[in-house]
Amino acid sequence: MAEQRIIIVGAGPAGTRAAQACVAAGLQPIVLDEGRHAGGQIYRRQPDNFTRPYTKLYGTEADRAQAVHDAFDAIRDRIDYRPETLVWNIADRHVWTASGTGQTALPFDALLLCTGATDRLMPVKGWQYAGSYSLGGAQVALKSQAVSIGHRVVFMGSGPLLYLVASQYVEAGAAVAAVLDTSPFSARVKALPDLLAVPSILWNGVKLTQAIKRAGVPVHLGVTPVEILGDPDTGVNGVRFRDSGGKEQSIACDAVAMGHHLRPETQLADLARCAFAFDSHTRQWLPERDGDGRASVAGVYLAGDGARILGARSAEASGTLAALAALADLGLPVDKGVTASLRGEVATYAKFARGLATAFPWPSAQAAALPDDAVLCRCEGVSAGDLRAVMRETGAQEANRAKAFSRVGMGRCQGRYCGLAAAELIAAEAGIPVDQVGRLRGQAPVKPINIGIGDEK
Amino acid sequence: MNGASDVIIVGGGLMGSSAALFLRGHGISVTLLETDLIGRQASGTNFGNVRRQGRPIHQLPLANRASAIWRRSRELLGADVEYLQSGHIRVCYRERPELVGSMEDYAAKARLEGLDLELLSGNALRDKFPFFGPDVLAGSYSAMDGHANPRLAAPAFARAAQKLGAIIHENTKIVDAQKVGEDFIVTAANGRTFRAPILLITAGAWGNALSSQFGEPVPIVSRGPNMSVTEPVPYAILPAVGVMTPIEEETVYFRQVARGNIVLGGSTRGPSFPDQYRAYVEPQNTLTQLQQIRRLAPALGKLNIIRVWSGIEGYMPDSQPVMGPSATTSGLYYAFGFSGSGFQIGPGVGETMAEIIATGGTDIPMEPYRIGRFAKG
Repeated sequence: MAEQRIIIVGAGPAGTRAAQACVAAGLQPIVLDEGRHAGGQIYRRQPDNFTRPYTKLYGTEADRAQAVHDAFDAIRDRIDYRPETLVWNIADRHVWTASGTGQTALPFDALLLCTGATDRLMPVKGWQYAGSYSLGGAQVALKSQAVSIGHRVVFMGSGPLLYLVASQYVEAGAAVAAVLDTSPFSARVKALPDLLAVPSILWNGVKLTQAIKRAGVPVHLGVTPVEILGDPDTGVNGVRFRDSGGKEQSIACDAVAMGHHLRPETQLADLARCAFAFDSHTRQWLPERDGDGRASVAGVYLAGDGARILGARSAEASGTLAALAALADLGLPVDKGVTASLRGEVATYAKFARGLATAFPWPSAQAAALPDDAVLCRCEGVSAGDLRAVMRETGAQEANRAKAFSRVGMGRCQGRYCGLAAAELIAAEAGIPVDQVGRLRGQAPVKPINIGIGDEK
Repeated sequence: MNGASDVIIVGGGLMGSSAALFLRGHGISVTLLETDLIGRQASGTNFGNVRRQGRPIHQLPLANRASAIWRRSRELLGADVEYLQSGHIRVCYRERPELVGSMEDYAAKARLEGLDLELLSGNALRDKFPFFGPDVLAGSYSAMDGHANPRLAAPAFARAAQKLGAIIHENTKIVDAQKVGEDFIVTAANGRTFRAPILLITAGAWGNALSSQFGEPVPIVSRGPNMSVTEPVPYAILPAVGVMTPIEEETVYFRQVARGNIVLGGSTRGPSFPDQYRAYVEPQNTLTQLQQIRRLAPALGKLNIIRVWSGIEGYMPDSQPVMGPSATTSGLYYAFGFSGSGFQIGPGVGETMAEIIATGGTDIPMEPYRIGRFAKG
């Protein structure tokens, strides 16, 4: 029998553990990853010749980062690993890749999508100024290049990453002007029963927050961001917000890192024609999957934060679980005891993730209240007022329709950064539930590809 | 009783929407029925060429009529559909020098129909259009052609028709149409019925399903255009650009929109799925298209494409639409099957169909588009 062709997209915690399970079953999967080194975003490795220790880079997660890196390095010679490779399309059971100017189409029997997550961003007036970063971007600058995004940085948004990145900046000696959290303290109290599902992560979070406060950084809860101050030439020079008492305050800074937790990178699942369903808890459309990671399309499996935002630890478990599901579907023997225990692990993290969503809710009303002169779609420079005017003129109430008429979500990120907020704004303006706005259809290429692709000269 | 009107139009693309607008201009009441949303398939996903040159000579009167409408589209529609009369250049490659003769021949005939074309080669061509690659031999330039935004056009016609009193029902899929006595009764999937003495079918790739109900099946095939768009770059390329060639793979074209993005189209068309209302771009077709674009304009090879798309187009075996009255049923009219070339003539089709319905005739030559040409025996 010809060897089964397994393709894994992504070499973070989910992709690494999935590859490991395939190798253990005697197979040689192809691992395609956009990164230069395996590890993904969370366990991103530093560039060659950088020598910071793991404890410095990954803090409380140093041991886990080390374990994931070691696991990958141990199978490195037994997999077909292709770093710096973009999967730009999927069709007829082939993935289409681009790297440099090269391209290829690879057939698969099983496709494991371990595509990870990006920041879920809420637009705020002024977020187009130079010096505005996502939390993930701010973390990459520090983790990869050991640089800060500014001399005096405000962290604004909500979610665990807000505190993690702020504490990493404090730890690195950067000047953190403030941490502005849109979620109120009461939400955390409400979330406590679910958060206790994984006490160790909860405790890590408490410690991070304490470290930030000990460093003298003001932490405001229950804020409403008003504006990132700045100008087009010199960039960010401050942040204006309303505190929990409704009083307006300004803080001077030259950089802002913002985000509201994460959103899964689901475009490849979309191009693979997987079915999606609306998740009312996170107010996002997510690819459907069974408990082990099987998507609605046979032979396609989803794992890690690319499927559901359950965190890096869960990604390791769901990566293995999805690989075992693929192996079982290909007729290979799988230990049912292992599968059952992994399912239990993922369920625990899912409970914890529910707690996080409760503790750090997506402030959908903020999108609805975005002033007309605030830029909504940065790629295409479309303001909230532009979108509202288009809706009034054309009656568009569906995400793709609004995109076609207004260009919101039509740029190089294809709505990955503005789409969720745009949907909230449309829903509020039209007076319909956000799920009725629908979801932006993904189109190839997932990320831009060069017209010179495949040019032999 | 559900909507009774003078005319029912089935199919809310550019043809149906513009026909609705011009019928209102004749004071005729109209109900326009659309399965999905206005202008979402062929009308909304095509390249956006407002190009007369290259069309069959017999089609130029219709194309000229359409050009006049495009020119006054802003006043007519009260909306900007991004129409730019920035010219159209059609070129041939060195390996097919015989096409220069075809260009000259076409230009001579087109001139008699009121379309002025300027033939360019050598330095004259390269001075005017420095982006062409070394394979390009000669070109035919039409200064009075241009391009517009397909995503905006059909919906703008529909809104203008609506403002003048046309009744439009979106999300209304028609499953049955028959003539009972003097009236057509049209039934939607949701059970609603509509009645009118005149029925106009502008249902694109779905046209055959309805014409068959009146004993006039046509050999229509649905396919999807192969479209891409680059990131925005400084606005520098004014005309729409295309290749004249007998090889489908080589038939690429591009245009730059005022925002700066360059829209790429053409080369091999892909499959489309009318039952699912989806068409997908085949990855290999994208790669072939990009390769041909590099040949046509090598400098574009440095840019990135940020998105591809397709839609559902209806193709006839002779590439000519089905347009005009039914051969079996009085009061029944067709305008569908525009074979990937309907965008420019669309408003002219709407105006002409409205004229035929309102006055019983037109000066526009309609013979090549008769549905009867597909009748057996």
